[in-house]
Amino acid sequence: MRLDAGDIAELIARCHAAIDRHGDHLGVLDSAIGDGDHGANMRRGLEAVFAERAAIAALPLPAALERIGLVLVMSIGGAAGPLYGTLLMELGRGLAPDADTDAFAATLEQAIAAVARRGRAGPGDKTLLDVLYPVQAEIMRHAAPERIAACARSAARATEAMQARRGRAAYLGARSVGHEDPGASSCALLAATICVYLAEHRPS
Amino acid sequence: MSETGTPARPANVGIVIVSHSPLVARGAADMVRQMVGDCVPLAWTGGNAEGGLGTHVAGIQAAIEAAWSEAGVAIFVDLGGAETNSETAAELLGASRAGRIVVCNAPLVEGAVIAAAEASGGSSLAKVVATAEELSP
Repeated sequence: MRLDAGDIAELIARCHAAIDRHGDHLGVLDSAIGDGDHGANMRRGLEAVFAERAAIAALPLPAALERIGLVLVMSIGGAAGPLYGTLLMELGRGLAPDADTDAFAATLEQAIAAVARRGRAGPGDKTLLDVLYPVQAEIMRHAAPERIAACARSAARATEAMQARRGRAAYLGARSVGHEDPGASSCALLAATICVYLAEHRPS
Repeated sequence: MSETGTPARPANVGIVIVSHSPLVARGAADMVRQMVGDCVPLAWTGGNAEGGLGTHVAGIQAAIEAAWSEAGVAIFVDLGGAETNSETAAELLGASRAGRIVVCNAPLVEGAVIAAAEASGGSSLAKVVATAEELSP
């Protein structure tokens, strides 16, 4: 993961733009099974990161990830803040600056485990974990970025058939089936955005 | 968005109330205050950073600071996000303080009132938490 300051700044800009573009849709998804504020929360979080992107991009990648995590925790609010924040803070803390794909996949696995503990959720609970697990598996098998992006999107779509067991949607029980999980959706959107950039730039 | 009591005995466990609704949080804090007066440090936070319904880590951190007691702090939350955010806020305050903060598995209003009553007698954090959690099935 040899990403320089320019890569980090551009990735932040692209994630910010993607969430801004799809924020309304995330809100619609969340209105169906949650409290409807996921789009607004994610926009607030990514705007806070975007505002700090110059300072963040100047950091080595692990420190940059940790800082982004903290900014997200403090700005997103709702349950998504601690979940995304935990993912990035744990990833940043565990990642060596010169990590290769295998080391990155191993650290990501640990970070995802921390998210699962934080949210007391697991596979099939209709959360962003249902995107993170398959994405991590694809990275571990050195899949091409395009393949990982496609996997993230289909994993988010697959949450439609699941019944929520965590979060506000869990209160709906069986009525949560038939709607894509908004957290899974934003997670897939961000993962795909990052992968598209990596596919274009192919860092060694 | 918080109020702090001056503890008669500084060792009493503090109580923090976290709700998605500022009105709920404040109302529960009013009930606690009526029950125990200024005997326990007490703070509440409700709503997201923009004043809408929700919870946010910075607000919860501020409430924990306001109700901080060397004896520890018991937090009472309503819905899931409040719990996740409270745990995160506690961790971000550092390991030494996080070890003395418990997010209770208890009803918000009843839990906070009964915990405060227990805390006002000088009970330990573990005892305060256990008393409140007895309310949960």
